[in-house]
Amino acid sequence: MAATPAIKPFDFPDMFKEAGAAAIVVFALAFAMVGFRTEPVPGGLGITLRFADVAMASVIAFAGRIALILLREGRPFPVLLTTLPFAVILGALLLADQALASENGSGFEPVLPFSSPVVNWMIVIVAAVFAGRAAWAVRHARSTVTAEEREATMDRIGARVQQVARYAGPLLIGFALVLPFLPIADRRLLDIAILVVTYIMLGWGLNIVVGLAGLLDLGYVAFYAVGAYSYALLAQYFDMGFWVCLPFAGIMAAFAGILLGFPVLGLRGDYLAIVTLGFGEMVRIILLNWYKFTKGPDGISGIPRPSFFGLPFTRYPAEGTVSFHGFFGLTYTPLDRIIFLYYLILALALATNVFTLRIRKLPVGRAWEALREDETACRALGINPRNTKLTAFSIGAMFAGFGGSFFATRQGFISPESFTFIESAVILAIVVLGGMGSQIGVVLAAILLIGMPEFFRELHQFRMLAFGAAMVLIMVWRPAGLLAHREPTLRLSATKRLAKAVP
Amino acid sequence: MTMLSITGVHAFYGHIEALRGVDVEVKHGEIVTLIGANGAGKSTLLMTICGNPRAAKGRIVFDGEDISAKPTHEIIRSGIAQAPEGRRIFPHMTVMENLLMGAITSEPRYLDEDLEKVFALFPILKERREQRGGTLSGGEQQMLAIARALMSRPRLLLLDEPSLGLAPMLVKQIFSVIKAINAEQNVTVFLVEQNAYHALRLAHRGYVMANGRILMSGTGKELLANEEIRSAYLEGARDTKGRRS
Ligand SMILES: Nc1ncnc2c1ncn2[C@@H]1O[C@H](COP(=O)(O)OP(=O)(O)OP(=O)(O)O)[C@@H](O)[C@H]1O
Ligand SMILES: [Mg+2]
Repeated sequence: MAATPAIKPFDFPDMFKEAGAAAIVVFALAFAMVGFRTEPVPGGLGITLRFADVAMASVIAFAGRIALILLREGRPFPVLLTTLPFAVILGALLLADQALASENGSGFEPVLPFSSPVVNWMIVIVAAVFAGRAAWAVRHARSTVTAEEREATMDRIGARVQQVARYAGPLLIGFALVLPFLPIADRRLLDIAILVVTYIMLGWGLNIVVGLAGLLDLGYVAFYAVGAYSYALLAQYFDMGFWVCLPFAGIMAAFAGILLGFPVLGLRGDYLAIVTLGFGEMVRIILLNWYKFTKGPDGISGIPRPSFFGLPFTRYPAEGTVSFHGFFGLTYTPLDRIIFLYYLILALALATNVFTLRIRKLPVGRAWEALREDETACRALGINPRNTKLTAFSIGAMFAGFGGSFFATRQGFISPESFTFIESAVILAIVVLGGMGSQIGVVLAAILLIGMPEFFRELHQFRMLAFGAAMVLIMVWRPAGLLAHREPTLRLSATKRLAKAVP
Repeated sequence: MTMLSITGVHAFYGHIEALRGVDVEVKHGEIVTLIGANGAGKSTLLMTICGNPRAAKGRIVFDGEDISAKPTHEIIRSGIAQAPEGRRIFPHMTVMENLLMGAITSEPRYLDEDLEKVFALFPILKERREQRGGTLSGGEQQMLAIARALMSRPRLLLLDEPSLGLAPMLVKQIFSVIKAINAEQNVTVFLVEQNAYHALRLAHRGYVMANGRILMSGTGKELLANEEIRSAYLEGARDTKGRRS
């Protein structure tokens, strides 16, 4: 660029030295970990050598390091010129390779740098990120946009979105309410909608813990599991119905939250995250191993479906009972139950949202937010931090419990497999991506993270990859979350304006 | 009558002994000030009254009750409020929300009355009540910190360097506000200050602290007249006095 600010004398030998060191480190690591691969061959294990991959990794580390140095030294132009074509060409090659492979069973691997498609894609993504950063730097070579200004801009966007949300929110809810009756609503769409709304509810629930109270909970799925198993087991052992079990499931999950929270909520930040992560795994492992009670990995099947105030959604109701379609004189369609499930989760989600909006305006909710901002100051105002955190933690857990029992009744079958760490990660990602504390952000993030991948199932294997890349980018550029913007809990201008209007 | 009595209090940060046997007494209705060099342990003493860090030895008695073993939030609830060092207001919450946080331990029925009181003391806060705390100017933040502490209807108010970073005009104003709080609202004040001249003029009594110990005590007038104190803490303050009058 013409206006590169004050070209500093540039030390090329130094740059190559640094890049060379990076390449050597990568070579040393990759030689042992990538260079040899054991493979089953007739009569035992054989070793394939993959030195080409090792060499390639070193070369890429070398080039990547040079790109980083150039970016750091304020010379983004050459980086852009090389990484962009590289990413585009390699990406195109990979897509072509896939297309070929799906047509006649084998692609044209020899051209590609690595033997694993995942690694190749990763290279494409990294190159694309470099290109993006370089492009950004080129564009802003003259203006000096600081991180703070960017934050301010994003905060304004967040504020704008939340303003729009005030009007768009009711519209969105209206849309959600009529969705099952729109012509586009088929079984597939409704299933996806149910899934998305489930995650919206879980996101809103976790938002109480993470977004409002600022407690990083990596084991949220544990409470989801407690809720699901509470219902499944109560139904199995005591023959209780969904509606009776729903509050129980919430209470059990909240109780689990207190049980975990009490000893660990004195911990701060990272430690709390680690302990909750451990707790999440513990619950799963208990469910897996307490065979007598939970049937372990076999899971619990035959969980009763929910009824419409006692009217079951079955084609042929049992002797002496009336089914939903019979009672209302409708013709039976299997979609009825799906629609009912959809409304059920929608109601649960909205309840979570209303609860959150309300409690933010009460002293407890305000104390949660204050605690996130400054715990010491809160203590100096007479707040008992542990009890306050405990309420946030257990209330968040309660909503996960409700969600869990919905999950159980929807699936009819649960096993510990549904409650792995990745679920916690996805829910947390929804909250973080949406912007901590932002209710509308959670909705958008859930649609993006759950809805989109469900529609493009074919891309399944790259889902987690894209997911990881997105999280890293967010953490680098906007750690508070995309739409993070805190709305004050009380507005006086409205009343002031009113007062002025009256003469 | 004694409201707060601190006897032989020691406090530690890890191995560092920040308080080495402190005796301080605050009577009902008084303004008592504590002056001393940087790192003397003044802030530590205020924090120790609130139980963080805890007094390792000695007794802290508030209104006849030993509070040295109580958790911080219970100490606060017994009628002590603190505007701590560094203000520590909630930056993302509005002025109004900050004030409501201050009122979190008091009964809701006093809320409107208390808001009016602090807005009368600090009219600027009323104008700024919807602004986020973090975007207030330093002086406004200081006022907010004091106002927030008042919202809990304390009987004893602990202030840590309320004049820090304020323009000379505002310093005068803040000291007159402290006087008003003390006289009109019947709040006892224990005040830590670097601005020794103003603080000693305002206070009924004062203590001088160095290296975690109390060196001297007396009425404000006595300490102001003391040669040692004049040379140690009031150098330069006399100049300002001279210029002002
Ligand atoms: N959190 C802490 N951890 C370790 N040491 C601390 C801590 N806080 C204070 N200290 C130490 O304790 C001593 C007393 O500190 P304190 O903050 O009470 O001083 P101060 O009299 O308020 O000083 P200043 O006028 O500068 O505010 C200092 O030596 C300080 O370094
Ligand atoms: Mg101090």
